[in-house]
Amino acid sequence: MNLHRPVAPQLAAEGVPSITVEGVTVSYANGVTAVNDASFALGPGTICALVGINGSGKSTIFKTLMGFLKPASGLVRIAGLEVHRALKRGLVAYVPQAEEVDWTFPVLVDDVVMMGRYGHMGFLRLPRQADRDAVEQALARVNMLDFRRRQIGELSGGQRKRVFLARALAQGGQVILLDEPFTGVDVKTEDQIVGLMRELRAEGRLMLVSTHNLGSIPDFCDQVVIINKTVLAAGPTETTFTQDNLQRAFGGALRHFRLEGASLHADADDRGVTVITDDERPLVFYGERDHEKPAAGRKDEQP
Amino acid sequence: MMELLLEPFGYQYMVKAIWVSALVGGVCAFLSCYLMLKGWSLMGDALAHAIVPGVALAYLIKVPYAAGAFFSGLLAALAMALVRVRTQLREDAVIGIVFTTFFAIGLLIVSINPTSVNVQSIVLGNILGISDEDVVQVAIIALVSLAILLARWKDLMLVFFDENHARSVGLNPLRLKILFFVLLSACTVAALQTVGACLVIAMVVTPGATAYLLTDRFGRLIAIAVTMGVTTSAVGAYASYFLDGSTGGLIVVFQTLLFLAAFVFAPKHGRLAARRAASARVSA
Repeated sequence: MNLHRPVAPQLAAEGVPSITVEGVTVSYANGVTAVNDASFALGPGTICALVGINGSGKSTIFKTLMGFLKPASGLVRIAGLEVHRALKRGLVAYVPQAEEVDWTFPVLVDDVVMMGRYGHMGFLRLPRQADRDAVEQALARVNMLDFRRRQIGELSGGQRKRVFLARALAQGGQVILLDEPFTGVDVKTEDQIVGLMRELRAEGRLMLVSTHNLGSIPDFCDQVVIINKTVLAAGPTETTFTQDNLQRAFGGALRHFRLEGASLHADADDRGVTVITDDERPLVFYGERDHEKPAAGRKDEQP
Repeated sequence: MMELLLEPFGYQYMVKAIWVSALVGGVCAFLSCYLMLKGWSLMGDALAHAIVPGVALAYLIKVPYAAGAFFSGLLAALAMALVRVRTQLREDAVIGIVFTTFFAIGLLIVSINPTSVNVQSIVLGNILGISDEDVVQVAIIALVSLAILLARWKDLMLVFFDENHARSVGLNPLRLKILFFVLLSACTVAALQTVGACLVIAMVVTPGATAYLLTDRFGRLIAIAVTMGVTTSAVGAYASYFLDGSTGGLIVVFQTLLFLAAFVFAPKHGRLAARRAASARVSA
């Protein structure tokens, strides 16, 4: 395989938000190969869902994009740069899973968001006015200014998420990795987060979202990458997020219902409903088996 | 009365003991802020015991004791890593086995060869009788560590709080963690002189734990912990003149008293505040 194949020029442009993963294989020290020959490419102004069962390699992909793991072979570029150079330039922001954060750590909301500015500060990390302004703006944007003097453990699940989103904003990350952003948040907060992500997409940023919440993916993701040890399918949600592809990715790992005929319709309608779920919000396919595109779990509120 | 209180300052060995203790207490307290947040507190204990054979050997063959301590600390760390990788044993069992083994070897060496250093001064510290060469070693270790910590405390905080994010702002978490453990080892060696191997654990845990009850901000946590470490160490050394008791014991007793005070009276996280909050909820 030719690893030096040039990537599409608009993706390779330096500084423009993009992720290029080509033929990437990642193995752990114990010899287990977590991801084999994975390829996908994403450009600016994108929200992309990263979907797969537990152990399919989602976190391996994230760790590789964050430079924690080095691929045994293949090529990873972020904004046209090698991972460590993209990180040095502060182009990548990471929003952690709630379980990864030590909520008893003695830091205030303000302190956490200020951590987003460290890459912009000098050797001693002394904040300047520009840093304080960025923190203020980021907090205003996620509607958390009133909570800035709170210790992070005193916040609700949704507020906690918003703090870490604010940190990514203050950092000015052009490529934002979100790890399970909807776990443990209520529908209202989820809507707020999705609304913010849409704004960021409109600004040209690129977001890669790992999520179990299949039902809401068609609502806000324009791209989907489906993985199981490798990339099974990648592309626009409409053509990629299909029942076929999901069944290949999830096999028997998901709850899967099909309602049709007399149990669904009073008349002789031969369409059925397929429900796939591993989370609180199910994914619903309505109509002929296997050939329809997914219906959103709920109405898209954006005009 | 005044004359009596100032009496210890008339003796050079007392003045030396007070400022060396304060310096070591301060830098150990700085490190305690990080150690207790990660659940790594016992690591400090393990290190302190593991360096004992190195110190004993160093005195025996007359090389700087810091070098011997460093060497045996390194050996203990490798031994722990080896047992950890090769068995299914839990971390605490591995630490327990390795550090007691090293400590026992250290005691054996000292008891078989009663040279210039005796068992008591390693296990319990002997700041009142510290030699001038040792003062130089301790002072250099403490001052260099303090300077590095003052310059890098925010980066270390970031790594301890959120490694992924630290990486995303261009820091190298592995390098910073290694730096932290090198500093911890060095300061453990220094603290061996003041409070001895058995009580080093208190120096690198209690001040941070106390400050944790008093503030929700990391910068203040460090300020409170360091102030506490410096004060209790200086006062402990000073008071040992009058009580004619173990300096290390006094320092740690003072630290524990402050911890208890914070435990009960801390404005937000203390027991009284918790009780007030609970009764406020009931009456509301």
